Amino acid sequence: MPQWVVDLFSNFWVSLGGKLLLVALLIPLVGMVIGFAEMKLSAKMQARVGPYFAGGRWGWAQLIADGVKFFQKEDIVPTDADRPVFKAAPILVLVGTVALFVVIPFGPDLIFRDLDVGIFYALAISSLSTIGILMAGWSSANKYSLIGGLRAAGQLIAYELPLVLAVVGAVIMAGTMSMQGLVQAQIDAGFPYIVVQFVGFGIFLVASLAELSRIPFDMPIAESELVMGYLTEYSGFRFLFFFLAEFANMFTLSAIAATLFLGGYWLPGVPEDVLAYAGPVILIAKVFLLVFTMIWFRWTFPRFREDQLQRLAWVWLVPLALLNIVVTAILKVIL
Amino acid sequence: MSSNGNRSIPGTGLIKGLGVTLSTMFKTIFRPGKYLATVNYPKVKETPVPRARGVIALDQEACTVCMLCARSCPDWCIYIEGHKEELAPDKPGGRVKVRSKLDRFDIDYALCMYCGICVEVCPFDALFWSPQYEYSEAKMGDMLHDMDRLQDWLQTVPEPPALEN
Repeated sequence: MPQWVVDLFSNFWVSLGGKLLLVALLIPLVGMVIGFAEMKLSAKMQARVGPYFAGGRWGWAQLIADGVKFFQKEDIVPTDADRPVFKAAPILVLVGTVALFVVIPFGPDLIFRDLDVGIFYALAISSLSTIGILMAGWSSANKYSLIGGLRAAGQLIAYELPLVLAVVGAVIMAGTMSMQGLVQAQIDAGFPYIVVQFVGFGIFLVASLAELSRIPFDMPIAESELVMGYLTEYSGFRFLFFFLAEFANMFTLSAIAATLFLGGYWLPGVPEDVLAYAGPVILIAKVFLLVFTMIWFRWTFPRFREDQLQRLAWVWLVPLALLNIVVTAILKVIL
Repeated sequence: MSSNGNRSIPGTGLIKGLGVTLSTMFKTIFRPGKYLATVNYPKVKETPVPRARGVIALDQEACTVCMLCARSCPDWCIYIEGHKEELAPDKPGGRVKVRSKLDRFDIDYALCMYCGICVEVCPFDALFWSPQYEYSEAKMGDMLHDMDRLQDWLQTVPEPPALEN
């Protein structure tokens, strides 16, 4: 890299601006790629063609067209709505997603900020979207929105716990909460943690599906009973924000799962000096594997009933995660 | 899981379901010609089944302007107008023959709900189901198709099924 580029990016504001621009471009891109993958894969799973018009071939421009459509639409705010809260809610949801990108390690040096409490920060910030969803449900002045919002709150609180507890196993094994530290620990151990933390990985995957309120955990937006849940009153680009946040969140949560359990940017057998360049590709490949699983689950499983949903979290996942922690801790001391 | 009475391991149904979607996905990707259930409509067209209820065709010659179809139509989407025509008598000094002549026979397909009661009720076999389906219009008002259009669709009407002994 030429000296002047290094000098330019050593300026705090320039480097901050560059990073912000990168994330601002990455999120719509990731959202569109995943959204398009979902459209196409769901079509194939149902023996349909899927989008094929926009863009000429395979309908690749379908989501760009959709995005443009959402921007043209009128931004309707219901008369009785709590206007500032109603308007702030989608932004808060998207902020929670954006903030998650900070701690995802894309390579040995490719991380926005390697916090010491990396995974703790990620889990804390991911619950920010719960507040956004509750705000959206409450401020819409609509019974469906309210029920959807409260369901979302109940569900996200219930599944926050197994999500955090599932992570603890991996953290105990690595002995650090830093995201880079977790990957480094897996490199040092020589195997990705899924080999021993498969229970934790399974719980994390289920709980992150619930956090995303995707099928089979889409009670908060349950179309057949709640219209669109907390999204009912949203239109135009605010609806797009929620839409984008869902797909970008799929990416970030999958990236965290990949980092914690699948070895992150590391692949057994790839030498260290190649990792710096191949790291992002490896991580994104793992992320898309997990995203595919999520899409696959969505188009296979029916929706849970509200009580079944809570039962799964409190009766099965939480005790199982606690057991996993106890066993991991004991083995960590013994071995 | 235990809907058919025999007990199996919980969760096998979920795994089976995943297998179904995954195999359908691969089948559709690699052999679309065989497994695809839908087509790229404007580019590729499906042939409707012969007796598909696409649109209602009219045989103007057979119509006697009896108005039974218009009266039986649940949403009054058929417009009929006609007048009497006097024909010359067979013999000089005989009675003048009177015949009904059809002036207008429009069906508003924006209203039609394709119940087929008009086809059923027609005593002179002037109305038929045609499998034709491509007659959408840009404007709602243009969905009122006139009798010449309806006459054209008569050519697409398939032969009636053979009579049973």
